[in-house]
Formats: sequence, structure tokens, C-alpha cells
Amino acid sequence: MKNENILIVGVGGQGVILASDTVAEIGMNNGYDVKKSDSIGMAQRGGSVVSHVRWGERVFSPIIKLGEVDYLVGFEKLEAARWSHYLKPEGTAIVANVEIPPASLLSANMSYPAHEELIGTITTRTENIHLVPATDICRKAGNPRALNMVMIGALSVFLDLEESIWSGDIRGRLRPDFVDSSLKAFSLGAENVRKNII
Amino acid sequence: MKQLLSGNEAIALGAYHAGVRVGAAYPGTPSTEIMESLAQFSEIYTEWSTNEKVAMEVALGASYAGVRAMASMKHVGLNVASDPFMAAATTGVDGGLVIVECDDPGEHSSQGEQDNRHYARMAKVPMLEPTDSQEAYELMDWAFRISEEFDTPVLVRSTTRLSHCKTVVNVDRERLSELKKPQFKASPAKYVMVPSNARVRRSAMEERILKLREYVNDFPLNEIIMNDTKIGIISSGVGYQYAREVFKDASHLKLVTVYPFPDRLIREFSEKVERILVIEELDPFIEEEVQRLGIPVTGKEFIPIIGELNPEIIENRAIEAGLLPEKTTTNPHPKAPAASLPPRPPLLCAGCPHMAAEYSFRKLGLAERDDTGDQNEEKFDKNRIIVTGDIGCYTLGVYAPLFALDTTACMGASIGQALGLEKAGVKDKIIAVIGDSTFFHSGITALIDVIYNQGTTTVIIMDNGTTAMTGHQGHPGTGISATQRQVTQVDLESLVRGIGIDDVSVVGAFDLKEINSAVKNSVQSEKPSVVIVRGACPTHIRIKSTPYQVDTEKCTGCHMCLRLGCPAMRITGDTVAIDTESCTGCSVCAQICPVKCIQVVS
Repeated sequence: MKNENILIVGVGGQGVILASDTVAEIGMNNGYDVKKSDSIGMAQRGGSVVSHVRWGERVFSPIIKLGEVDYLVGFEKLEAARWSHYLKPEGTAIVANVEIPPASLLSANMSYPAHEELIGTITTRTENIHLVPATDICRKAGNPRALNMVMIGALSVFLDLEESIWSGDIRGRLRPDFVDSSLKAFSLGAENVRKNII
Repeated sequence: MKQLLSGNEAIALGAYHAGVRVGAAYPGTPSTEIMESLAQFSEIYTEWSTNEKVAMEVALGASYAGVRAMASMKHVGLNVASDPFMAAATTGVDGGLVIVECDDPGEHSSQGEQDNRHYARMAKVPMLEPTDSQEAYELMDWAFRISEEFDTPVLVRSTTRLSHCKTVVNVDRERLSELKKPQFKASPAKYVMVPSNARVRRSAMEERILKLREYVNDFPLNEIIMNDTKIGIISSGVGYQYAREVFKDASHLKLVTVYPFPDRLIREFSEKVERILVIEELDPFIEEEVQRLGIPVTGKEFIPIIGELNPEIIENRAIEAGLLPEKTTTNPHPKAPAASLPPRPPLLCAGCPHMAAEYSFRKLGLAERDDTGDQNEEKFDKNRIIVTGDIGCYTLGVYAPLFALDTTACMGASIGQALGLEKAGVKDKIIAVIGDSTFFHSGITALIDVIYNQGTTTVIIMDNGTTAMTGHQGHPGTGISATQRQVTQVDLESLVRGIGIDDVSVVGAFDLKEINSAVKNSVQSEKPSVVIVRGACPTHIRIKSTPYQVDTEKCTGCHMCLRLGCPAMRITGDTVAIDTESCTGCSVCAQICPVKCIQVVS
């Protein structure tokens, strides 16, 4: 039984928590001991959201140690860069090509960092970076709110689990009218990464 | 059946299966989901109480009726409830009474950090602390049984990490089928705490804690795990998980009964190992108990006393203290890139009904000053209006660019503080800002104090029709119960008038002109006054008007609109752009724009 550490990061409102709930429950249904821990700031919307998922034979700490993340799933580039130091040197970063400028830019007199700077930051930890055109994929799937499904689809390529386990869990979790487009988003997310690996 | 449950969900399910009949709480991070989860079970009476004190009293009353009852709250909620809590410790119980309180090490969402284990010692009641959701689930049954067996309220302690972390729970029981029928057995000697009775109960408390001290030695969830005997670690709560993670080869004692202390068990463990370490968040509570037994112990010398722990902190401190060998890995701890990246602090949401009012306070306070230059914090030092704040989303208005608050202490403090400033002789105008839920929680008594003591305080009640910050729970002003039923709605305006405030105005939260004039009139008035700023929380009632856009031809780039701090707005080049996706169409920015270049999207 593999021990794996997955860190899912993004911005409040992007669906990080639903994604990590899905991933954690799928781990449990696959027989793993699982722990999942979220850090959400005080804001209802717009703050940094970080979700740790750990699984294996037996898991103690619900928080992943610095430098021990196998898979960093970034729903937003700045957040992916912010948490990239949690990655193992050989770890994998799956990053949505999404930019959400923090409102603090106005008062901090800063600008949103350049794409190269953010990817460069992640590269200092790992060369295994998969940039996912998540917004385009959502559009293709016909569901603009399915970013989280695209991203766990992309993550699923690296995890040793059947696709049917995923679709079963997703089906049970979403409103019926969102199921089809969400599953499509999941598959397209997976396909995008698979294509780039080969 | 296996379920992935948060600590809070597990506590609720455990209480449900243990046959709890009445549950009461006031929402507060990280405890809120306990009562939300419990409210799903129709067999149980659950309520959002007006505040934690009332929640404790409701649970105590239910216990007197012979049924199992619980109250849940955040750490500082127990401060509010401490009076009836101490009374419960004195009278004891009939039906099991469990108080779940959630500490917040690291102050993720609190105004302070405090270690509530001290309450157990002060009240001489037992405290249990689970190490994961499985244990939280099992522990609730134990907690009710201990409560009934020893005639005592029982504290169950959780922390933010434990409450919000999801772990696998083997749900292996169902709700107790035979529950006691509610029946109050009158016993003035036990329940009427006049001094002569209270003195008798006082002795009972001491006898009780001695019995419990013996009982916890054999408590089955305390566990010794023997490995290498060089180091033996005593830990509790989530600290136990970190201890197991970092000290993989050491021997461990998992302490679930954090108070009273299992002396015999600790002695037994200490005899088996060469040295004892204690890993615990916040105060050296366990450490001091070990010291009391005369056992040499290392604890807070290497583990921080402030903030939340995590595996890194423990590992690094242990290496520094020579308790663990240096790391030989080629993966030294990487540096955080965070410093160079723009932060993402919590902010008011787009379309937040607090924004215009908080903007207006500062605007009025700065009326006689040059208002066109760059905003910076120093400029606000000479406030012309002092704003005493309270606990809620509007507290976020303290940050740039609103800089709207001068104080925030605890629930309900704004009004008393404003009166105190006034009575001290401060010449500035003073306004107290408090949310609707917080006003019901503990603002009312202070407002009565203002009336009674002839204050002239201006109180702004930010009425967004919900308890927003904790995730939109009902409160007396909403007319929606914890189980989502329509119930009697307490009318804020009549309540305030009933207290004796004549000068009451109700203004729309998105009408800047109306807010300005109401606040101005109120602060100039020599009478106490209340301005109710009413507007729905957009993350609760998801009504969206047509969004606004900036006419870039007309925009002069003065950035006045940005002083609202609305996250839907940003600078693009020389002008400002509005994200139509997140704009709720509240129109406040358009009201501010001096050249009227912000208009409804056509």
C-alpha cells in the first residue's frame, strides 16, 4: 500500500474543499487509511485555501510535512507557487493555467507576478509540472464551475485507482444536473495530462 | 460502516448514538459544525442559542430533567458560559451533561488564544480529549456515562485541527434505543445553590474529583505504545498524531483523560522508559502534572507555548534539542517563496453590505482633511470619529483600504467600550459597530447600560440577516431555527425602541447617501441613537443585480472607488476594471465615482 501526500491549493470559491473531499473519500473506499485537513482563512470568499490529503496503511499527522508532497494540485498559479516548497524534489505539480489577482494587490502596491516567475518558483522544486488549460476545458465540458473536476481528473492520471471509482463518487456528490458536465470535465482533465505525458 | 468524518461531525454522531436529547450552541469557529450536524437528527431538540451562556443553561436544564444534553462552543464561548458552567460543576447533573469546547491554537479565526484545559481544573470536572475523529465518536458515549456515574458535567475538548480534519470512522453502533423519560426530580439541596446548600455541594465536588482521579487510571482509551525505551512521550489531542509521526521509534502514552490526571498510569509509563517528553499544544498542562509527581520531564523547553504545532516544528525543535538525530537527507527544508509573492488576506466579499457603512465612517471622520492624497495608515492617527468594533465579518474592515475600526475585543464589547470612552471624557465622536447576531448575543445589555447611564453613544447595527462569518446560521432576528424552521422573529427595531432608544433609523446598506446622513445625524445628536444598516449578505441570499462596468473613456484614474476594497475591482493600466462575474451590482462604487463613469452593464 503506497503512502501518498496530496496538497490541493486554490482560492476560496474555486471548489478546493469539494475536490479534496472527493479525493479523500475515494482513498478511503480504496482501503487506505486517510486523513484530510483544510486550512481556510476567515474570508467567505477570495482567501487562500489549502487542503492536505494523506493516505496509506496508517496515517498519523493530518498535515503533510514540508518537502513531502507527492502531488501539488494548484487551482490557481499564484497559490501553486506559494505552496510549491511543500513538494518533494521529485514531486509532481499539476497547475491550472488560471490567474486570480488577489485584491490585496491594490493596497500592497504589487502586481500579479509574471507567468514565468510563478512557474520558475515551482521549477526550483521540481521539473514535473503539468500546466492544465482548465478554463478552456471547463468551457469544452459545458460547465464553467467544473474547475475542481478538471483538476482531480488531471490528478487521477497519477494515482493508481480505477476511473469508475472516481465517477461513482462524483455522481453521488453532485446535483444531478451537474453530473454529466462534471464527469466530462473530469475525463477531459485526465486526457489533457495523459496526452502530455506521452 | 466506514465514514470519512470531521472531528465535529464525529462528535455529533457520537452524541446522537449516545442518546443525546437536547443540544444547544452559539456558532463559533471551529465548533459550529457540531450543532449543524446534530440538527440533522430529527429525534433531538437542537437550537442556536442567543449566546453560549444561554446554551449552557438550556443544556443544564435538560440535564436536570434526567435526559442527556450537550452544549458546544468555541474556546472563548466558554468564557461567556463560564458562570452557568461553574454552577453546573457545583450542582452536578441528572441526565448526562457534556460540554464540547473547541480551542483555536494559532488563532485561525479567533480574537485570542487560550488553553481551556484550565477550566477543567478550576471547575473540578473531568475533561476528555480525542486524538482523531474515531476517538471523538467513541468518546461521546464515555463522556455521557462518566457524567451520570460521577454526577458531573464533562468537558470534551477539541481544537481547530481536530474539529476540521476528516479521518476514517468505523461507525459501529446505533442510537441507544432505551432512553430515560424526561422527569424532573425536585431536590433543592442539589439544585438550589443558596450558600448553605452550595457548601454541601462544594464538599461533593472534592470527593468527586478524588474518585475520578482513581477512575481515569484504568480508562480504556488512554493507551501505552511501547517501542524503544530511551524516550517515552506523553501527548494528547492532535499533538499525539504529530508525536507518532515525528518520533516513530519512541514509546508513547496517549492521554485522553487530560483532567484529572491518571497518576498511577503515568508512574507506570515513566518506570518503563529512560526519559519523559511531553508534546502538547499551548500551556504546559500535562507537563506540570508530571512534575507534580516528581518525575523529571522535558516539554516546553523545546515545544513552543504559543500557536499551533505541526510535525515540522516538533521535528526541528527536537533536532535542536538533541532529541532526534540531524537529518541526513539530501532534501533540506526548502525556503518558502511566500515573501516575494503577493498575499491573499481575508477580505470583505464583493457586494458585502458592510462595505459602504465602513467606508462612510472613515469618510465622515476625515471630513475636514485633504482627502485626495494617497491613503496611508498614519493619516488616520488623528481620528475624528472613534469606531469601537465587534466580532463578525465587519471586523475585516480594520484592514486596508477601509481602516474602519479602532477596537475589537470580544463579542458585544463595542457598545460598553464606546460608553467608557465617552464617560472618560474623550472629545471625539464615538460610534460602536456591531452585527445583528452579535447584538443579540451580548450587545443588548450594554445598550441598556447606555440608556440607564445617560450615554450619547451612536450604535450602528450591521444587519445582514444572518450569522455570516461562521457560515450563515440563524439567530433570533432571522426567524429561522437551527433546524431551518420558520419561528418567531425578534424585531430589531422594536427591541431597540423598547429598551428606550428614541432615535432609531433604518437605512439601506447599499445607499451611501442615506448611511452618511443617518450616521452624521446620530453622532451629532446629544441622545443615544441606533442606526440599523440593513442589507443581505450576498453569499447567503444569492441575489445578483446587473453588474457594473467602468467607462474607460470617462475614468480619470483617481481610484476613489478602490477605497471600498471591493474584490471585484482592480487596476488595469490607467483605469479600473470590474469583474462582472463577481460584481453583485450593489452600486456603491458607482455612488462614489466623482465623474460617474461606473455604470450598469448595458
